[in-house]
Amino acid sequence: MKMELIQPFINAADAVLAQSLRCRTAVGDVSMTEDTYKRCGIAAQIAFTGDIEGRIIFDLAPATAAYLATSLSGVEVGAGDEMAGEAVLELANQVIGNAVTTLNNQGFNFRVLPPLVYKAEQGLPSTQDTEALLMSFETCGGTVYMNIAMRYTSQASEQAASAVSA
Amino acid sequence: MEQFVPLRRKKDGQPVRYLVVDDSVFARKNLGKMIETFGGQVAGEAADGCAAITEYERALPDLVLMDITMPLMEGIEAAEKILQKHSDARIVMVSSVGYQENIVAALQRGARHFVQKPVKADVLYEVVKYVMGDDAVVALADGAHA
Repeated sequence: MKMELIQPFINAADAVLAQSLRCRTAVGDVSMTEDTYKRCGIAAQIAFTGDIEGRIIFDLAPATAAYLATSLSGVEVGAGDEMAGEAVLELANQVIGNAVTTLNNQGFNFRVLPPLVYKAEQGLPSTQDTEALLMSFETCGGTVYMNIAMRYTSQASEQAASAVSA
Repeated sequence: MEQFVPLRRKKDGQPVRYLVVDDSVFARKNLGKMIETFGGQVAGEAADGCAAITEYERALPDLVLMDITMPLMEGIEAAEKILQKHSDARIVMVSSVGYQENIVAALQRGARHFVQKPVKADVLYEVVKYVMGDDAVVALADGAHA
């Protein structure tokens, strides 16, 4: 995965979290992985297709999700409240929307699908052409995990290869 | 949440009535709270484009806040269908996806404005004021209108 594709997601997550939580955030651990993703808490997944296809998963501990929901809504939300899960969905939606907007401005075309609650205990393992980036953001409400897996579609790969060989 | 000077309908001095369309419950609640701080009223809610069309017919709101990416029917298509029957509908697109093509497509189909998520209340307030134009007035403390 090229850094120029990942960076908009990192920037968007940082900006959305900082605005939503009204506090500074810090990027924590960053790693590339081919391991199967394992859900930690309340997770939301958004898939996207187009020149690049993939998915992004946001994973928060219930208490962190509740903190996010409380901060966003201005109303106290408990860890077991349904609104905590809804807040994670909205977080994922805003981050991916902002990120693909940036990439679209750079010439990539995307279609973003509606977010889904990620219920599986484990996801699909990464493959050679579908690397996954796992990173964490340290916030005043707790740790937010982001897992991005994406790959060029065949058409985009061919065009990219043609551009390199020309 | 920050409070704003209430916006009222010029024709009868009543609160501006909104239809909030978003597949995210959270987003609908958040927008609803902002609307309250504007002195407005949520006349209806919908979670997809199809329901938005039905709700518009039922509620006949003064202004629609419409998400773009939704299941069943996306917001731009829903906006177009509402405007086909109600050419005076005021629709503001609210989305995290701010593609230029999306914005242009929405405006070409009759949407009045676009606000990108995360929504800032002060930005939305100004957009609502702009879109309502002369049909809304700012209610002053002594009951007079600006």
